[in-house]
Amino acid sequence: MDRSLRGRVAVIGVGETEYYKRGGSPDPEFKLALKAIITACENAGISPKVVDGFASFSNDRSDPSHLAAALGCAELRFANMQWGGGGGGGSAAVANAAAAIATGMADCVVVFRALAQGQFGRFGQGPQRNTISGDMAHTVPYGLMTPAQMFAMKVQRFMHDHGVEQPALRSISLASYEHAQNNPRAVMYGKPLDEATYDASRWIVEPFHLFDCCQENDGAAAMVLVAAEKAKDFANEPAYVLGAVAGSHHRAGAGVHNAPDYATSAFKTVAPRLYDMAQVTPGDIDVLQSYENFTGGVLMSIVEHGFCPPEACNEYFVKERFVAPAGALPLNTSGGNLAECYMHGLGLNIEAVRQLWGCSTNQVANAEVSMVISGPMVTPVSACIFAKESVL
Amino acid sequence: MTAYLNPGLPQPMAAPDGLDAAYWEGLDNDRLLIQKCRSCGIWQWGPEWLCHSCNSFEMDFEEVPAQGQIFSYERVWHPVHPALQQQGAYLVVLVELPQAGNVRLVGNLMGDPQQAVTIGAVVEGVFEHHTSSESPFTLLQWRVVERAT
Repeated sequence: MDRSLRGRVAVIGVGETEYYKRGGSPDPEFKLALKAIITACENAGISPKVVDGFASFSNDRSDPSHLAAALGCAELRFANMQWGGGGGGGSAAVANAAAAIATGMADCVVVFRALAQGQFGRFGQGPQRNTISGDMAHTVPYGLMTPAQMFAMKVQRFMHDHGVEQPALRSISLASYEHAQNNPRAVMYGKPLDEATYDASRWIVEPFHLFDCCQENDGAAAMVLVAAEKAKDFANEPAYVLGAVAGSHHRAGAGVHNAPDYATSAFKTVAPRLYDMAQVTPGDIDVLQSYENFTGGVLMSIVEHGFCPPEACNEYFVKERFVAPAGALPLNTSGGNLAECYMHGLGLNIEAVRQLWGCSTNQVANAEVSMVISGPMVTPVSACIFAKESVL
Repeated sequence: MTAYLNPGLPQPMAAPDGLDAAYWEGLDNDRLLIQKCRSCGIWQWGPEWLCHSCNSFEMDFEEVPAQGQIFSYERVWHPVHPALQQQGAYLVVLVELPQAGNVRLVGNLMGDPQQAVTIGAVVEGVFEHHTSSESPFTLLQWRVVERAT
């Protein structure tokens, strides 16, 4: 048997709650998860009772057994958590769900992520306790404790090595905010961003200005996946999984910033496997969603997926390239984590599917191959490509 | 000696499982101890129970000079902890130790927080003792000896 997921599984429904600024959700996290799953099932035209698997990432707190009980699912056959914090697992959850379906472990799997930072605490604050031990003891007492601070160290070195300048990071932020102005779901809808405002914004940690950093939000997102043979029985056009992979390079997880290859988004070994499975090249990608906790990670991810050599970043990273519909590589077309909502990146996977369905608020004409890069910081990272039937 | 950062951040404790106890005890005595494999001689950091190269569990902590080079750095502006509210900008450096297989340590770069920082600059360690604390501890800070050319 062919050891590949290519074309064997498809997304048939997506759902999201309303997206809120952190602390803004009237609902607790578990209820947000249920709402997104119900919405995704309605979108797919299925009863939630037939869902027999759940896949998530980043230590999601909504337990699959509890979800299945609450939804009244007939049977639970697959309950999967991708290890690793942050957004690195977004496409891995899709890969795991697809693998379960392709191998007959389950028939109808929901990939979901629910997050209520108002209820459970913020990512962007340091630990509030008197002592600290383990790996963090070697960084936190020096004032290095939040994701932005952990990642700035890598991005600084990458920019030094390749002569990357600040406007390259700025282009990513400007494109996201421009897209959000057309997306009523976006938390930053009605809040445009221009170059001068970006340049004048305060530093969080160099090289990240305020607008290089993602939001902190409350909400939930879900996708419904079934086998390709069944995918045409539903209302939506199937968005086939063309490739989905996860992983990281040699000793990427070495403690206290000791990964041998340090200034990387960790995709150098992952991206080639993605393209091999999907049987496409960077030139075939019609539209790209790339996880942005911080703009620097998008830059490194795009480089490591072969769109641009590292030494050409200053020329390549200009806003016009990334803005739909005219840009050569439309990027984060919903506004993404910076300007739509930080749903740990699962919103990016939904937007990638929406592009294939022709219903994005920043639609790319005739999009057939739609790619998602999930998480350039916490390993393992992952990525996936969705495609229309015409590509199979 | 005044500490580089304002007091009130979580203070380091040796891991309860004992893995990095020798490191923290070394700092208290003005000594930098880094893991080295007794079997194959490779340096390793962060600390692990076994050698990532030969998988021997015979790991020692060996003293190395607190001298290194700046591998990367960041200037932090946004306070993410109540203790940092009045701090203002500060510098965090990632220092490579050429005499210990280029393993890296995180610390602060002493001096003006607005100074230009050069990747590759040679730095030396400064043992910053926090003795007024109920459970005293030591941090390893860095100062520039020679700018990279």
